[in-house]
Order: sequence, then structure tokens, then C-alpha cells
Amino acid sequence: MLQAIADIVRLNGAEKHFGAVRALNGVDFHVGAGECVGLVGHNGAGKSTLMHMVAGTLRPDGGQIAVRGNTEASYSVARALELGIRCVFQELSLCPNLSVAENTRINHPSLTGFGWRRRAADLIRAKLDEIFPDHGISADDIAGDLSIGRRQMVEVARAFTLTSQPLHLVILDEPTSSLDAHAAGQLLSFVRRFVAAGGSCILISHVLGEVLQNADRIVVMRDGKVVAADAADVFDRDKLVAAMGGAEGHQKAVTKARTTEGGVLRVRARPARQQDGKELVARAGEIIGLAGLAGHGQTDLLLAIFSAAARARAGIEVTAPVALVAGDRQSDGIFSQWSIAQNIGIRSLARLRNGLLISPQREAELAEFWKNKIGIRTPDMNNNIFSLSGGNQQKALFARALGSDAQIVLMDDPMRGVDIGTKLEVYDLLREEAAKGRTFLWYTTETEELDNCDHVYVFKNGRIVANLRRDELTEEKIIQSSFGDAA
Amino acid sequence: MTAIAPGTVPKASPRGGAARARMLRGLLPALSLALVLMGIAWLNPRAISYFGFNLMLNLAIPIALATIAQMFVIAGNELDLSIGTFVGFVGCVTATWLRDAPLLGIVVLLGSIGVYALLGALIHLRNLPSIVVTLGMSFVWQGLAILVLPKPGGKAPDWLLSIMSFKPPYIPFPILAALLIAAVVHFGLMRTSYGVILRGSGGNAAALRRAGWSLLRTKVVLFALTGLFGVLSGMALIGITTSADANIGNGYTLLSIAGVILGGGEFVGGRVSPIGAVLGALTLALAASPLLTFMHIPPDWQVAANGAILIIVLAARVLISRKER
Repeated sequence: MLQAIADIVRLNGAEKHFGAVRALNGVDFHVGAGECVGLVGHNGAGKSTLMHMVAGTLRPDGGQIAVRGNTEASYSVARALELGIRCVFQELSLCPNLSVAENTRINHPSLTGFGWRRRAADLIRAKLDEIFPDHGISADDIAGDLSIGRRQMVEVARAFTLTSQPLHLVILDEPTSSLDAHAAGQLLSFVRRFVAAGGSCILISHVLGEVLQNADRIVVMRDGKVVAADAADVFDRDKLVAAMGGAEGHQKAVTKARTTEGGVLRVRARPARQQDGKELVARAGEIIGLAGLAGHGQTDLLLAIFSAAARARAGIEVTAPVALVAGDRQSDGIFSQWSIAQNIGIRSLARLRNGLLISPQREAELAEFWKNKIGIRTPDMNNNIFSLSGGNQQKALFARALGSDAQIVLMDDPMRGVDIGTKLEVYDLLREEAAKGRTFLWYTTETEELDNCDHVYVFKNGRIVANLRRDELTEEKIIQSSFGDAA
Repeated sequence: MTAIAPGTVPKASPRGGAARARMLRGLLPALSLALVLMGIAWLNPRAISYFGFNLMLNLAIPIALATIAQMFVIAGNELDLSIGTFVGFVGCVTATWLRDAPLLGIVVLLGSIGVYALLGALIHLRNLPSIVVTLGMSFVWQGLAILVLPKPGGKAPDWLLSIMSFKPPYIPFPILAALLIAAVVHFGLMRTSYGVILRGSGGNAAALRRAGWSLLRTKVVLFALTGLFGVLSGMALIGITTSADANIGNGYTLLSIAGVILGGGEFVGGRVSPIGAVLGALTLALAASPLLTFMHIPPDWQVAANGAILIIVLAARVLISRKER
């Protein structure tokens, strides 16, 4: 029915910047009618940004977007819906205070007037029955009462409901992330039926098997660019992994493998959801990497270790003072009303005290020492912390941790949005501090950073799935274990 | 569309715990009202009569209207700290201009609803905290009220007096009015298709924006509704007291917030209940004076008793939620 028009949507040279970060760097992308396009890539490769653009929720900084051959000058959500393009976003977007039927109404402006409640309920119930035959969801259920899996079912079904607006393309961003294998299978077979009937679909998934089996064409993104795009049967698992990770070898930042086997035990921790005997062990002088996809339990374990230092917890053993370098520095790291010096001194108040009061002199000494040591670029450490650039703010947070008495430093992806120059300076400092006997636990989403680590634990679904030594560490191995499909 | 006969609605799926807790929480406002009524009946059985209710619920209608007004802003995750002085301002306009120069009075009252709508737009567009904006506005309304009516006095329009002294057979007027207010607002906010959008804006604003709805419009509508019910509250109040005073509504700000929360509403998340809010307002109105006067509790302590009721009910709500989890 749509075969006459080849493209549903086409982007040419799409660009998007968030501050200094280039999320999309000139991407060409298109979806044809009756086609399921698989989109894969590591965290931060730009998949979600690209999809927000197709759905109209983000405006490109450069490039063009054309829908069914017509260039759209002022593209928006409303325009996308009008053209039959819908998106199921990765983060759930139901209103938790509304019922399932009421949530359906939100996506359909035409569901008004007398009897709209019954029509909305019939609509979503019929679609749920069609996609997930044994769903067990009532249209009167309040969304907030449903389990996360059922919420995802409602959200997916809602995107496929039809009223007055057309439906040509549905973007599914990790649609199976909260579904069990049974429901995921139901959804994917529905997607195949939808595509066979002439609809189009973009399928984003970290489960490579799903993409390989269900997509007609696969587009691989990396660092804000499309690095590979071809028919699905050209790819296999290994080829996809290689394309995502970049097959070219990269030189190791440090080649000398230090022997730290004999160090004092600093941390022994087992993630709460770990079922086998694997556990994280960190000794004095070690830099330990925590890898895997974002949100698979690395931060949870760091926070658990942090709280275990103050109060004993089952399964976690911590033998020295701990400091945490937060990744989300705006919300978790910085005291925005304070000066740089105060921000650095807060972790060391006990040492800065003079009687009952904080000694301004000692605080200034500490700040000045770290200003020189870590190279914070500011004329005056008494300036507000926001007078610093993002990278220098992060340096101040490192100074807070390193200037304290903590022998264990936990780092929660601290290099987000930090420029490469700052990164290299901090890496050197970390190695220097490690050589003096400090222990670092470093969660990072950037694979290159793991080259600085002595040991890397790979996480998946809140569990440690692999423990790689420095000499066995390759990007392929990390991706392989973090994408390990439950076979 | 596949036609499903209305009778084939499948039975509510077993979402047992959460649904039961929700129902219990929904019943809590009615339970607390019943408890207060039982207390009054026990202390003075003669109070439970047509005449007694008329007397005890004397001020319930304006309190219920002010509570509904507050409920609309709370539905959009905001708070209105100016509703009390606004009710006072409306009262002063009602007791002067609305009687002496009806046209001017009507224009001023409609204009004040427009000001509320503009406040909603301002809060949305400039991303301001509503607490700060409405706290500032509370002084503006208070000042305007004093300008309109420097000394206590004025007189309510006769038509308003006759409405408020209406004596229907069998059912006391305040109860009838409360039923009407609850039914109208429940239908408007909980049953209409745009009411869903208004509540959704408090539940998940980002989702609404992604579905193509204007959040500016929802905020403006919610604030305008607050203004409308604030006006109704002020007029009802003057219809009962017959004359006005610039400070007449000052207690209504906290009373209205307490009524919404007592009625099962929550400060964030778009979870509000018009029926609950009216029940909450009735509970507070009942508990405010008669119950405690019967118990020979001096007026100074009555405010504290109101607070105690609030704390007890909220504690019960938390207990219910925790038990079901």
C-alpha cells in the first residue's frame, strides 16, 4: 500500500551538539516503506539522539530531514505524528497517575467527546490482545501500579493503536529491555507482521540476536557517525561487534604491567544480584575497571561499597577510608554556591579544623596545593566553582577525593564530557597515586579508559560476568561479554 | 475499529495489593469525615439534625470551593499560597462594587481570573517556582483588598444573600452544595478527555510534550480554574457573612492545602481527587469549631486540633501504603 513511495524518512548530514559534545556528526540515514531497520551501537554512539530527531523531539543543528520525499522545514512532534511517525522512547513515558486507557487518550487527540473512555479502553485492549495475547492488563489499571514489564507492553501497544492519524513508521528504542523472553518474542513477531503489511520500523536493541533476526537492514553507529549500513544477512554477530567497537587496534596507554598481586586487600565486594561465586577484589595500589553497558549495576556496586565503608554490609568488605568521585557532577558532585576551595575541602573537614571552626588558612593551603598539583586553571581558588570550565570542575572533584585521607577512591564514570587534555593529566595523576598505594575503582563507559586499569570486571544485569586481566583486555572481549545473549 | 460489546469488559486483572491500597486510601477521606461526625454525635446528638448541620457546616461551602481551587494548581505540581488573600480580595469586591456597580464588579472579578491565567503562563514560560510567585501575589491581593475596602463593612448583593440562605427540604444546603461541587468537578477533571490531559501534565509532563500537547495551555487552564473557584469561594463567603473584611480569607490558604491533602491528594504527580478534596474540606470545617466547642476546648487550641487530625490521617495513609508494599 505504500510501495509507491520509497522513503518514509530520510536524514541528510544530520548534526547535533550538546555543548562541546558532538552527539551526531553528519549522519545520513533513511528508512524505506515496509522495512525494518536495525540500529546498533555502543552507549553514546548517537542512536537515541538520531531517533529523537526522527520523532521530532530534538531539532538538528545541521542537515536536512525529509519525510516521504518532502523536505520538512519546521519539523516537530506534532508534525511527525501528523505524518504517521511515532516513537516508543527508551525511558518510559506513561503518566503513572493515569489509567491505561487514559494514557492511550494522551496519544490520540481525536479520542474526545461522549464515550471516549470506552473507545480508548477498547482500542488499547484490542491492540494488547493482538500483540501480547496473555498480557493480563486491564484498561482501568493505573499505570503506576503495573510492573515495569507491563508498562513497557502498554507503551508499545499504545504506539501501534490507530485512530484518525496515519501510522507509517514506529521507532522502538530498546522495546524489549524490560520484557521477559516470552513477551519479547511476541513483540518481535508482531513487528514482523506489521512490516510485512507495509509498515516500517526502526528497532534499536542491545540484544544483537534480536536485531540480526528481525531487521531487514542494519545500521551501525559509533561516535556520532554511521560506520556501517547493509542488509541484515551480510552481518553476523562478530561482524556487528567489530563494527561497533572499531576493529582497528589501538595502542595501549601503558604497556608496563605492574605486579600488584601481593598488595593489602582493600575491597572485596559481591554485587547484590550475583548468583555465582564471582566477586570484586581490589588490593592496595590497584586500578580496577568496571565495564559493561551503562546502568548494568556498576554504579550500584560503587554506592554499596561507599556505604559499606561507613556501616558494615553483608557481602562487602572495605578496609580503608573511601571517597567517591561522582559522574553527574552537577547533581551529585558540586556545591554550586561554594568556592572552589570549599568544594575541595569538604571531604577533609576533620583535618582542616582548628578547634570547633574550620581554619580558612588550612583550607586555602589544601586548595593551593591541589591547584598546582592537578592544574586547576583559575586566578583565585576563592572564586565560585561555576567560574571553572567543566573539565576543571571535574579536576576540583578529583582534588576533593585525592586530597582526603581516603585510600580507596571510587569513580563513577567521572570523565563524562571532559576534554582529552584534562583526561590525560588525570590519568597520569591516578597512576602516580596508585603507585603510592591508593586503590581506585573506576567505572567508565569509555572503553579506551580501561587501558589504564590493572583488572577489568565486566557487568551485565547487575552481575559480574567477566574478570579480565590487563593483558587479556580487548575492546572486542568487553563488548562480547557485555552483549552476551542469554543463550 | 474492532467492535467489542460493552458487556464483555474483562474483569479487573489481579493487581490485588496496589488496587486494594488505592481503594483504602480513597476511602480514607470519607472515613475521617465519618469519625468526626461520630464524635460530634456522641458529644451532642442533637447536632445531627437539619438545623445542626446548617449551623455546623455554615462555612463549609467557601472552604470547599477554595480547596477545589487549590486542588487544580496541585494537580499541575504547583502550589498557590495566595488563594486565601485572593478569596479576601474577591470578598471585598463582592461586598462593594458587585452590589453598587455590578458591571464593574463583574469585570474586576473576570479580570482577576485572567490574572491567574497569566500567572500560570508566567510560571511556565519563565520556569519560576509557583510558591514564590504566589507568595508575592498574596501580598498584592491583600493590598488590593485593603484599597477596595479599608475598613470592615460593605454588604453582599441581595441575590447572593438569597442564594446562600436557600433552605431546601430535608437535606441541608451546605451538604447539597458540597455534593454538587464534588460531582461537577469530578466530571470535569476525572471524566472528560481534556481533564486527562490536565492530570497528565502533573503525572509526566515530558510524556505529554512528546505526544504533542501544549504544557503552556495546561498550566494556564489549571491556574484559570483556580482563579474561577477562588472567585466562587469569595462570593460564597460574603453570601454567608453578609459583609466583608480585607483579612476575611487569610486562613484559607493553609486550610485549602490541608483539605486537598486530607482528601487523598499528593503534592506532586498529578494525583488529586475532587470528591476527596470536598470531603477533606468538610472534615476541616466540621472539626474547626463545633466538635471542639462541645468538648470545651478553648478556641486557641482548635487550630492545633485541626493539625492533629491532618497528621493522624496522613499517618494512616502512609501505614496503608507501606502495608501493601
